[in-house]
Amino acid sequence: MTTFDALASPDAPSGDDRREGFRENPRRRPRTLFQALLSPRFLLTAWPWRALAHSVNTMFVGWALAAVAMPVYLPWVVFAAMLATRPWDTLPAVSMTAVFVVGLVMVVVFTPLIALPLGALERRRLPLVTRGPFSSGHRPPPPGLWGWVRTRCTEGATWREMGYAALLMPFALAVTMVLGALFSMAIVMAVGPVLVSQGGEAEIALGLTTVTTPEEAVPYMLLSPAVLVVLLYASGILAQGHAVVARALLVGPPKDELRAELSQVTESRARLVSAFEYERRRIERDLHDGAQQRLVALSMDLGLARLDMEEGSEADRRVAAAQAKANELIDELRELVRGIHPRVLTDRGLPAALAELADRCPVPTRVDTDIPRRLPAHVEGTAYFVVAEALTNVYKHTGADAAAVHAGTASGGPGRPDTLLVEVTDHGPGGADPARGSGLTGLRDRVAVMGGTMELSSPEGGPTRIRVELPCGPIPPTPLT
Amino acid sequence: MRTDPSDAADVNADVDASGPAPVSTVLAEDDVLLREGLSGILERFGFPVAASVSDGDALLAAVAEHGPGLVVTDIRMPPGFTDEGLRAAVRLRRERPGLAVVALSQYVELSYASDLLDSGDGRGVGYLLKQRVGDVREFASVLRRVAEGATFVDPEVVRQLLRRRADPLARLTPREREVLALMAEGHSNGAIARRLVVGDAAVGKHVGNILAKLDLPPDDDVHRRVQAVLAYLRGRPA
Repeated sequence: MTTFDALASPDAPSGDDRREGFRENPRRRPRTLFQALLSPRFLLTAWPWRALAHSVNTMFVGWALAAVAMPVYLPWVVFAAMLATRPWDTLPAVSMTAVFVVGLVMVVVFTPLIALPLGALERRRLPLVTRGPFSSGHRPPPPGLWGWVRTRCTEGATWREMGYAALLMPFALAVTMVLGALFSMAIVMAVGPVLVSQGGEAEIALGLTTVTTPEEAVPYMLLSPAVLVVLLYASGILAQGHAVVARALLVGPPKDELRAELSQVTESRARLVSAFEYERRRIERDLHDGAQQRLVALSMDLGLARLDMEEGSEADRRVAAAQAKANELIDELRELVRGIHPRVLTDRGLPAALAELADRCPVPTRVDTDIPRRLPAHVEGTAYFVVAEALTNVYKHTGADAAAVHAGTASGGPGRPDTLLVEVTDHGPGGADPARGSGLTGLRDRVAVMGGTMELSSPEGGPTRIRVELPCGPIPPTPLT
Repeated sequence: MRTDPSDAADVNADVDASGPAPVSTVLAEDDVLLREGLSGILERFGFPVAASVSDGDALLAAVAEHGPGLVVTDIRMPPGFTDEGLRAAVRLRRERPGLAVVALSQYVELSYASDLLDSGDGRGVGYLLKQRVGDVREFASVLRRVAEGATFVDPEVVRQLLRRRADPLARLTPREREVLALMAEGHSNGAIARRLVVGDAAVGKHVGNILAKLDLPPDDDVHRRVQAVLAYLRGRPA
């Protein structure tokens, strides 16, 4: 970006505008103040008046800001006054230091308190002279005063707003002087003949010349609309400059912050996936060490009790029935635990777990794996659930009488992690629609989080093939481009 | 065994008086309640517990110290809570041929069964679901059979195997598979005949067919049976 582009960019024509830009098409209504200023029809649009309105209330805001900020800077003003008015050697060092430090504390504490509401106010005034969006760059703070303070003090938006507050005071002064001078000049020129004729010996200074007679004043009177035009342009240029600076400092988040936020979101999504994986394992472990062991102990106790009972007696039958129920519960719990996280996956890795999946699938399934080493837990987990879901689909929806699972690792090339390729094929009738089944969408999401890809090919008449590629490195921080 | 309607004292007396010789046992189980319960069962059915421990390393040490005839171990134990017990069992079987080992687990996994049966000569090994201890007498009888050199694989493992389709065992008839399943549970021909309510000769014929279909060379009969079970377990495609 050139400097000019940087300054102009907020209101610069977008790509769209450039193609059919206002230069090529002067009839087109300028859509921004910047476009309007470059247009010969500037004065015929609403923009000069909007800019003027903005400039006028900039003056009010600037002076109100000065009034509010003055007490904050009072200690430093006093400090400066003392330095200026008394000789060096007569200054009381302790008092001077105290005044300076008090001033520093006040500036540090109160400037943000002034700058933050000022920023909010200025963002509300911006629509007068520039187009949106006008979102603030502030992050939503955590609850509580301390959370608010910490968030506000550590984010760039606050500091940019403080910079804006510091710039606004001199800028408002400049606007007041320029527009005030032009305005009073126009007025005096307009009423010049009347003033001169009434005053008798009056002299009116107009710029470099002085008029003393109505005849001399009349040409100036005729020129006064031109001064008003200059005033409108001046206010337009000032408002445009103001808008560029205000947008740069008050409106956010800028692109790099957005990008940082996006990568944070992706990272946290990846962390969530890891956390889910970890939680599943934890739940599996807790059930194994807790409920399952307790139930086995219960069944064992019932069995021991039966040893001491007369076989076939009422009590024995009841205890036997209770024991049978406990065993059913153990079976059910075992199936549940397998669904949460299959132990064999943790203990034996993907090949054993896939073979077991195939064993359990009602559709005869051939598995061949070429995985020479253990893969990261999240890769194994995702691949396992992809195959589990795919085989469930084969069984429930296709009516295929055979399926095949292939899983193998491939080298990812220099500097890149290996890739795990998983393919599930069935010779069913085909025609699977990924948009219909939420199962397939869920799989795609799961794979996408890890930076992997999933392809489904299912022509009418079959075969249906789900092909998933998973990078075997750590979960990528930014899979989005 | 259960048809005898004797009272509890008689059961104990029966086991103590006419039961087979006691087999010194080392028990490894990390859950205290289960360990106590298992200890009680073992003691009661003629398997005096020389030591009961709660992890794989302690199991190895206890076996080295006491030289038991039978080891009963949980598969998942501290510190890693994966397959410490299984690894300890496999190692013990390699180092001590003839030591009978029964491994217990909350779930069955074919590859665990293969590991266990591959260790040593495949005899004197049991692998079963933990919940089988609830059927106390049957559990005790499995321990006895394994201590005497039989191979026992949990019916659940067998069921998983039978569910498989693309399998070299597909050549077997359903009846032959049934017989092989019972062989995997460590039953003798006579016991299988009683279970299936057929004659000994019929069972002998089935076993012969099974061995032939699995291409097992003529050998000591018990060893061939074990081989058949191993083939059964290894028959997974992969």
